[in-house]
Amino acid sequence: MAASILVQNVSRHFRLYHERQSTLKERLLQFRRTPYDDFWALRNIVLEIEKGSTIGLIGANGSGKSTLLKLIAGILRPSEGEVRVRGRIAALLELGAGFQSELTGRENIFLNGSLLGMSQRELARRFDEIVAFAELEEFIDTQVRFYSSGMYVRLGFAIAVNVEPDILLIDEVLAVGDEAFQRKCLERIRAFQREGRTMVLVTHAVEQVRQICDAAAVLDRGELVAHGPPGEAIRSYREHLLEHAREREALEPAEATDDRLAFLTDQERRATKDITITDCRIEYRSGSARGYVLPDGAIEVHVAFDSKLATDDVNFGIAINDVEGRLAFGTNMRLLGQRVQLQPGPGGAVFQLPRVALLDGTFLVTIGITTYDEGTVYDWAEERLEFEVMNPGGLLGYAHLPIEIQVESVSPTQRAVP
Amino acid sequence: MQVEGDAGWRVVSARVGLGQQIRDIWKYREFLVLSVRTQLNVKYKNSALGFLWSMLNPALYLVVFYVVFQLILENGIPSFPIFLLSGLLIWNLFSAGIAGATGSIVGGGAIVKKVSFPREILPLSAVGAGLVHFFLQSVVLVLALVLFRYSVGWEYLPLIPPALLALVLLAGALGLFLSAVNVRLRDTEHMVELALLAWFWMTPIVYPFMLIAERGGFVAQLYKLNPLVWIVIAFQRAIYNQPQPKSAAGAGTDLIKILPVDADFWYYAWHVGVVGAIAAALFLAGLAYFGRVEGNFSEEL
Repeated sequence: MAASILVQNVSRHFRLYHERQSTLKERLLQFRRTPYDDFWALRNIVLEIEKGSTIGLIGANGSGKSTLLKLIAGILRPSEGEVRVRGRIAALLELGAGFQSELTGRENIFLNGSLLGMSQRELARRFDEIVAFAELEEFIDTQVRFYSSGMYVRLGFAIAVNVEPDILLIDEVLAVGDEAFQRKCLERIRAFQREGRTMVLVTHAVEQVRQICDAAAVLDRGELVAHGPPGEAIRSYREHLLEHAREREALEPAEATDDRLAFLTDQERRATKDITITDCRIEYRSGSARGYVLPDGAIEVHVAFDSKLATDDVNFGIAINDVEGRLAFGTNMRLLGQRVQLQPGPGGAVFQLPRVALLDGTFLVTIGITTYDEGTVYDWAEERLEFEVMNPGGLLGYAHLPIEIQVESVSPTQRAVP
Repeated sequence: MQVEGDAGWRVVSARVGLGQQIRDIWKYREFLVLSVRTQLNVKYKNSALGFLWSMLNPALYLVVFYVVFQLILENGIPSFPIFLLSGLLIWNLFSAGIAGATGSIVGGGAIVKKVSFPREILPLSAVGAGLVHFFLQSVVLVLALVLFRYSVGWEYLPLIPPALLALVLLAGALGLFLSAVNVRLRDTEHMVELALLAWFWMTPIVYPFMLIAERGGFVAQLYKLNPLVWIVIAFQRAIYNQPQPKSAAGAGTDLIKILPVDADFWYYAWHVGVVGAIAAALFLAGLAYFGRVEGNFSEEL
């Protein structure tokens, strides 16, 4: 496959002024003394994005992912290295940036479209489509200052996606608008993928990456730390967050509840580590190929642990969530009425799921080892594993239920012609 | 699709070349035209008189300067309104273009930070808006010429397009430079206002060129370094067309020296040409400077 974006040894440097001196008086009074820190927002990023792929850029706040997106868009220039881009780019950094509030929706379509690099002729041709997508037929000749924020955003999105970009750059804009509009955006993105366009998505929402992206790149403090399939990248992202959390906790133990670390569940924070999970993996048994399972196929979740204790006050639990965080299934040994005696040293546990009656989607597996009453957590692996259920077709939804449809016609005399 | 569409790579690196800048501006020419139109539209969108305001501005200037210079100071320049307008309109283009351009990048912060496009468009469209105003205001002048059956200097009219071009290039050059400087030094806007005021009086718009040039010596030499002088007197020669008329004040038969008497077409053409060449060089320099600092705009805004 041909590359569509090449990021070649790109670094970007910023000056963080302690207090901005931007008037002449201040400049003259403090000539050459303006204090600033050098700050590398990105360092030596090398990234190749294939034509037609959808890639997610993930990372904590301040990791440089938005800076990288702006560099690809050409809004910022790299301090070192270069970015090469092939094809027309549309960047959705802020929907409706550049709208003139005094102008009507119609005038803004032409103005904003040409700002994004479209010709007037092209815009005239696509005008109806843009208006229809934005659902603004009635208001198109109204000044946009009278638009609601939803209308504003819809128009912005409609113009940007109708630029027919070869490359679409999206910065967390999918979080705007109502649910119906978000669904529409998502459909549009799916259509873009089918049409073989390239997309780069900056997001905090890991689920979105799993849902939409072919691959993800993880940035951590300005460096590219992982680039691969979404599952792997997300794992690496979580590990880095965890690492930051530990560093932070070491520095200021009282403030472990930084919102950036909110993903660390209570259970993970509470883990005593008297029994530790050393490894866990999913094995596919039947009706499944590597990487996914068919509905009603079998999987096994293997857990290796190391115990410091000899105890029977122990409980192994499993939870299966969908990507939106809903619990699809969960249980533990107490709920199943089982008990087990552990000896100090390594051990293994297997959760056998011989019939995965799920239909479609990606599912995340959480494993917990606790005391029998779940009062104390020994160790917890939150969503460390994932598996995908592949729907062979013919069925819709989430759960795989056995079904038969029976239809009978009622007596034909009821349809007698008068 | 854009010209470089599928085949070429677009490169984003620390520096952009002058050629690339010019190509990018050319590619966005439609946007340039639209932003000029938008500026004018937005300015008059909610006003009852709309574009008439554009024409009222020089009309008011005309009344004030006429009262002050002709009636109170009795400068004796015949057809003073025509004399004044032939210099004032071109000055308005220059000053409105530069003043508008200087604040354009700071004022356009929202799109500079969020959209990728050649930022040169912003200052250039301010100059473009000045140019459109100039044409609108010229309607007033042309109406006056027709109404009074004023005889313009036909053989000097070919000076106007090159003089206009030289002026637009000069305004564009300064606009590019000042808009970029203003991002870091926000005082620039205010300094430009003052500088333009001084520049106005250093240009022969309300008084005749010969008033200074005649004196000779160092002051006159310095005066002639102002490139606007040559543009304005070319316009005056072509439109006002009276290098040395009889005084209109009193019953005197004095001749008033307004423009160099023995200067022919080539005298003006030569000077306009020199100014044009300098303006073109400055334009490229302004573009180069702009391209060098443009990379920092979005972090400094």
